[in-house]
Amino acid sequence: MPRPGFVLDVDRSTPPVLFHHGEGFRLEKLPADRSRIIYPAEPIEPIADPVGAIRHALANPLGDAAPLAAQLLAGMKLTICFDDISLPLPPMKRPDIRQMVIEAVLDLAAAAGVDDVHLIAALALHRRMTESELRHAVGDRVYEAFAPSGALYNHDAEDPDNLLEIGTTKHGEVVEINKRAAESDLLVYVNINLVSMDGGWKSTATGLSSYKSLKHHHNVKTMQASTSFMDRHKSELHHSNWRMGEVLKSSGVKIFQIETTMNNNVFGTDGPMSVLQKREWEWTARDRMTFLAMQKGLDRISPRMRRQAFQSWKAPHAMTSVQAGEVDAVHEVTTANVFRQHLVPVEGQTDILTMGLPYISPYNVNSILNPVLVMCLGLGYFFNLYRGKPPVREGGVLIMSHPTPWEFHPVHHPSYIDFFEQVLSETTDPLVLEEKFEKQFAEDEWYRHLYRTSYAYHGVHPFYMWYWGSHAMQHLGRVIIVGGEERSVRRLGFQPASTLQDAFEMASDVVGREPTITHLHNPPILMADVT
Amino acid sequence: VSPKATELTKRLPVNGVSAARSASMMAKVASAKARNATKAALPFPLTPPPVPAGVEPREKKSTTGADYDTDWARSYPARLARVMLVQGLVRPAVKAIASPRVRGLDRLNGLEGPVIFAANHHSHVDTPLLLATIPEPRRHRLVIGAGADYFFANRLTAPLSALVIGAIPIERTKVTRKSADQAAALIDEGWSFLIFPEGGRSPDGWGQPFRGGAAYLATRCGVPVVPIHLDGTGRILRKGKSLPQRSVAVVTFGAPLHPAEGEDSRRFAARLEREVASLSDELYSGWYEARKHAHAGTTPPLQGPDTGAWRKAWTVGDRTPRRKRKATWPEL
Repeated sequence: MPRPGFVLDVDRSTPPVLFHHGEGFRLEKLPADRSRIIYPAEPIEPIADPVGAIRHALANPLGDAAPLAAQLLAGMKLTICFDDISLPLPPMKRPDIRQMVIEAVLDLAAAAGVDDVHLIAALALHRRMTESELRHAVGDRVYEAFAPSGALYNHDAEDPDNLLEIGTTKHGEVVEINKRAAESDLLVYVNINLVSMDGGWKSTATGLSSYKSLKHHHNVKTMQASTSFMDRHKSELHHSNWRMGEVLKSSGVKIFQIETTMNNNVFGTDGPMSVLQKREWEWTARDRMTFLAMQKGLDRISPRMRRQAFQSWKAPHAMTSVQAGEVDAVHEVTTANVFRQHLVPVEGQTDILTMGLPYISPYNVNSILNPVLVMCLGLGYFFNLYRGKPPVREGGVLIMSHPTPWEFHPVHHPSYIDFFEQVLSETTDPLVLEEKFEKQFAEDEWYRHLYRTSYAYHGVHPFYMWYWGSHAMQHLGRVIIVGGEERSVRRLGFQPASTLQDAFEMASDVVGREPTITHLHNPPILMADVT
Repeated sequence: VSPKATELTKRLPVNGVSAARSASMMAKVASAKARNATKAALPFPLTPPPVPAGVEPREKKSTTGADYDTDWARSYPARLARVMLVQGLVRPAVKAIASPRVRGLDRLNGLEGPVIFAANHHSHVDTPLLLATIPEPRRHRLVIGAGADYFFANRLTAPLSALVIGAIPIERTKVTRKSADQAAALIDEGWSFLIFPEGGRSPDGWGQPFRGGAAYLATRCGVPVVPIHLDGTGRILRKGKSLPQRSVAVVTFGAPLHPAEGEDSRRFAARLEREVASLSDELYSGWYEARKHAHAGTTPPLQGPDTGAWRKAWTVGDRTPRRKRKATWPEL
């Protein structure tokens, strides 16, 4: 029986706690009697027969939807869209959940004799997926059946011929999505819900849309009003997507949503990485030796090799639920299943929040976690992993641990380089940089060309990363990065510290000499349910 | 006798032996006679007794063919030797000759316990190819059903087949329960079983009807059957050839099949054959087209078109597996 997550009050007997530190780790001692550690739940039991569960979900849809088999007819136009490389994290071992679901959907389509089938990676303004990434997501069989004829491809948010403006919400938000998806007799969306932010109408209204549509919710105002964007009912980002969903629904776009959830078995329950998933006082002699060997080994290899080693890790995530049918009904059940794995009850807020940032975020799979993404991972994703209120009080201090090297992937993140060099050197205020620079980057022809033909994130993407952290920036009094490259950290507008003790010392200016501290022991992913 | 005939007789080699050689031959004959005399002198039980007159002698028990005892080949030392042979010799050789491409292994995820692997059969390369590609741990706990009349025909090939490929003899020429009982007992002990349900290699490059052995064993032992389609091994070493030729072989694993409620062996064998045919179709038409054919009941049969032998032989070469498309930049 997997144990639930819990909050550990630190006392003198508490061992040093694990901080992820990019492609490395730190063991840090937290001050006794005023610190607490939020530990994630152990991986919940997966579904024993995932293929059977998928078939059952397709045959017994939720909400006002007919079974998928009944909706598939010979001669129809069917489009299957699926989440891109940003999910799940880290990428999962084969077979990917998307492969299992898509094969089940296609098997029903084959039985109905559907010929006109397209498969689209719903990547919005993310980089295109490479052949090997697509193969990993949908499996070799599906890839080889559809890619050679051009029926499996990446969504292109800058292709005017393949976008369709559906309408406008009552708030004046333009809804524009992939034309093929919009004009299909049935759009089947295959989702992986890693965190509660994913899925729902965000799948289609964001994943298949264009800059013209995205800018209505990917902006500073929306993000600052999303407290947090992991809690749909308190997220302006989601409200906007749901309004867009209403427009899609009323315009006659027929969507069959398939959502899946997974457990947080990120590092496995055995094997060399499993130590990272255990509570420190439960590390066996073997775990300790493994950890030391891993740490020493990582110190002795080049950063490039370290990155390769970590990026090659495929997580043994397993599916914990699958539901299909009408979007809203499906997403309610999905969110409940995500919370079943992630929520940890936490009482009250503290002065300081600490977190160790790992090597991966949604935007650097097979790539480099550049300083802008470090900011986004810490202030965007990890900070927002709460329901109710943040575990750190307003005006408190966030201390993150990451090497933050001044390093960018030139193919994946070209606009990030210019954003970091030109924009952040002038201002780190999200409202100012949105006003002054966003349009220029979003409409830059060179970035547009790289997004469409190479494997580059869209020109405007680094701005979105910055907006992602704007709620945290507004909430916090100071951000300190431990062990980060000084000039990168300063460029981000944060303060560098060599050690955690130094960081606490620096934080005392803001929160006093005896601050209370919360440490987010993440990954594996958890979500603080703060009351 | 004419003088001419006498002369010819002298010139024949057998008659033209030298005196020395003649003496040696005489000595050998004398020695054999002496040995026989000694043998005759030794009493029973030092020598076998003569069979009494009027008694029908008992038939000698055969130790080859279907009667060959392969238990020793599953002892730990033999298994260790086989692991070393497979890993050190068979796999590198298969890689060099057949450059195998393996597809569909993900379909075996979550499969527990022993299974029956059932593959189509084109060549002697099929067995080493499967030994090299069936995933661990089943690869090293696998017995292979091999034709008793071929692989266990004599005292040299029988132990070699048992040791190197872990074969057990399967009677192909007559109906007997012995082979099935032995295979079932091994499956019950946890051994996976590889069988070629066609009963022999393809004579013409097309498949042959599946026999019911695999289906019968699956029903009897309650284990799933994993259908496997092998492509290209006929090009490497087809029936009738003695030397292999380098080429690419494709091994496609299918989803495990369980006998349905009330399904007899014959119908299950037919379903198994259809599934292998569908895997073949997957290779030639693509997965989605193959699924459509399977649902519509239009999967091309393994046996090829229902035409004359020469036309079937001609159409073998018409089939080409789908090739990977070269990566291209998107067109704008």
